[in-house]
Amino acid sequence: MDTFAALAHGMAVAVQPMNLLYALIGVFLGTAVGVLPGIGPALTVALLLPVTYKLDPGGSLIMFAGIYYGGMYGGSTTAILINTPGESASMATALEGNKMAKAGRGGPALATSAIGSFVAGTIATIGLAFLAPWLVDFAVRFGPEDYFALMCVAFVTVSATFGDSPIRGLTSLFIGLALGLVGIDKLTGQARLAFGIPELLDGVEVTTLAVGLFAVGEALYVASRRHHTEEKLEPVRGSLWMTKEDWRRSWKPWLRGTLFGFPIGALPAGGAEIPTFLSYSTERRLTKHPEEFGKGAIEGVAGPEAANNASAAGTLVPLLTLGLPTSATAAMMLAGFQQYGLNPGPLLFAERPDLVWGLIASLFIANGMLLVLNLPLVGLWVRLLAIPQPWLYAGILVFATMGTIAAKPSVVELSMLAAFGVMGFLMRRFDFPIAPVVIGLILGPIAESQLRRALAISLGDPMVLLQSPMSATLLGIALIALLAPFVLKGLGRFKANED
Amino acid sequence: MIPSHKRLFGAVVALLLGASGPAAAQQLELKVMAPAAPGGGWDQTARAMQQALVASGVARSVQVTNVAGAGGSVGIAQFVNGAKGDGNQLMVNGFVMVGALAMNKSPVTLEQVTPIARLTEEIQVIVVPANSPIKTAQDLAAAVKADIAKVTFAGGSAGGVDHVMAALFAGTVGADAKKINYIPFSGGGESLAAILGGKVTAGISGLSEYEGQIKAGKLRALGVTSEKRLPGSDIPTFKEQGIDLVLANWRSVVAPPGITPEQRKTLSDAVEKMAKSDAWKDILKQKGWDDAYLGGDAFADFLKKEIVRVTDVLKSVGLVKS
Repeated sequence: MDTFAALAHGMAVAVQPMNLLYALIGVFLGTAVGVLPGIGPALTVALLLPVTYKLDPGGSLIMFAGIYYGGMYGGSTTAILINTPGESASMATALEGNKMAKAGRGGPALATSAIGSFVAGTIATIGLAFLAPWLVDFAVRFGPEDYFALMCVAFVTVSATFGDSPIRGLTSLFIGLALGLVGIDKLTGQARLAFGIPELLDGVEVTTLAVGLFAVGEALYVASRRHHTEEKLEPVRGSLWMTKEDWRRSWKPWLRGTLFGFPIGALPAGGAEIPTFLSYSTERRLTKHPEEFGKGAIEGVAGPEAANNASAAGTLVPLLTLGLPTSATAAMMLAGFQQYGLNPGPLLFAERPDLVWGLIASLFIANGMLLVLNLPLVGLWVRLLAIPQPWLYAGILVFATMGTIAAKPSVVELSMLAAFGVMGFLMRRFDFPIAPVVIGLILGPIAESQLRRALAISLGDPMVLLQSPMSATLLGIALIALLAPFVLKGLGRFKANED
Repeated sequence: MIPSHKRLFGAVVALLLGASGPAAAQQLELKVMAPAAPGGGWDQTARAMQQALVASGVARSVQVTNVAGAGGSVGIAQFVNGAKGDGNQLMVNGFVMVGALAMNKSPVTLEQVTPIARLTEEIQVIVVPANSPIKTAQDLAAAVKADIAKVTFAGGSAGGVDHVMAALFAGTVGADAKKINYIPFSGGGESLAAILGGKVTAGISGLSEYEGQIKAGKLRALGVTSEKRLPGSDIPTFKEQGIDLVLANWRSVVAPPGITPEQRKTLSDAVEKMAKSDAWKDILKQKGWDDAYLGGDAFADFLKKEIVRVTDVLKSVGLVKS
């Protein structure tokens, strides 16, 4: 069937009033759970599964997709306003977004993230409709050695980006890598650095670390400074909406973010974190306003936000075409398909085109709904910042604690949150960047297991890393990114000498 | 060993049950622990039980709790220590927990809990990409015997059912199981990509996970681990092909240690009634699970044998130090 005709047919399915209602419920729930740290879209879909099994499959799958997209939106709101990323995918957003909010530019930050998410979500959904079969072919051929090379690119670009001194950035990164070693080793099943505590066997939870470092650490730091200088927060300075300048600086990062998010999201082990961080470092390099980075640069919000929404659409590519779930939420949606006796995979497009195209069409609608739902709320959200600081930060602490308990009700988890909070405070006090710790925790274990898998498959021959063209190219990029700053510096000195 | 007030309580329960017959069963208020995060197989089993127990009128209310962590090691520790002697609690478990407990050197073992019943099972399959030169299970056996290190198996987590099966396959065909080149992936999705992409020789998983790809002709199924050929399926069993490999990924339900024989009987009866109810059969059909109900001492016996078998395999591949 012609893609256009199929999509039009899908549109007709999606605009049925009941399906519109399901989409609305989905995006609303998704936004709500995205705001709460700890309760992610995966958990929500899991809890809704038994409730929805009596509904018709189309409607409830549309609702699940709405939750997924909504979660990506909601997570960014708390990241920007109170520096508490609701999902690990919103971590990069918090870096510049919260700085903008503190400088009275919370409105434009929320707006660029909402519009950027819409733009990216729409482009990526178009990509899903037209490129899915081709992209999935590429994704399947992406082997362990290619993932490892991709991780190398991420490590190099990301660690070079953060912090004013590379040593401080690397120190933070290595703390994260060390934390990433905790738990059961995926390849041999042996426990590492767990000290006999069963809760540690599954490793350090990313959201616990992020919320501890970002939110709790920040609250402690603000409390410690209170007697020195009272920082006055202005909720709105200048325009509440995006100015012409903001638009001009946002549209390219949106597009670039989409280009990172969609293909990496489609990779079976891609995820949403890597593209957001890659997008952040790219924007930081390309910006014409480098002085603003670290103080609230709009590019640093626009790019990652576009990237995380595009990756959500990317995740649906292998899910629908192969039945491959590549994120926790996608895995839950797969369970949703199966409860109706549907098996996503090569046959689903042929067997149930109404369902698949209805789902894709409703993604467009969900995207539009999210924009309508979120833009008017911007004015309301930024008022949060007008709350007196002691109340606001006390609220953040309660919020962070509740989120952690909701995700994992255990004393060990709470103690970890507190310990990471103190660590975040000390790192702020002594000027160490925080983001690389989280990046180390996310990427370290992936890089390690992919490298070991690649070597196990090649029977220990390291040349496998160079024999795959993809991996060789990516490693080359990593090497260039690593050496370029030194070479450029050297060339600059050379030129200066000539003068 | 049982505190006297608990014994008294048990007697009272028994008395009440005896006195009022089936109506008393209606009063059951159960707590079912899924020792995993929401969404996984154990969680789905626990929630399906909740649904069927209430729908069939066996219990008045059922509460599902999730205690995630380390393949069930965290959950079972909490269950054994916290629910001791409580005749209203159950925990879902399965094949994977046997290996996880052994590998994590868990101080709590499955020998401590009170076995109630096996509920479901899933048959395992070995697949190769459609363009692989390996056509049958015997071809794979020959490749394994020729050079075991060169045959890469992709499957789920280390020490899980897929890993155990790879080792059993190698051992059964006469190769050295210790040398298998097993590559664990997190979840069926990632391993499926590695198989379709031709990165590994063969893949191991539950049959339902790969069924779509097998039907679409992208994967070739070499064999399934059932005793007899599955109804309506043209995939041969390993046994048919002369390889004695019979295995299923089972899920079961257990009660806390230290409950009275009366409490055990109440729970066993409740679970049996549930497993034979139409509500449960509907759920099984919907989820595509195979009914594998096995209750009473037969299940206790089965559990014991599986623990020995799995632990031996894990020792042979060096995952558990003897």
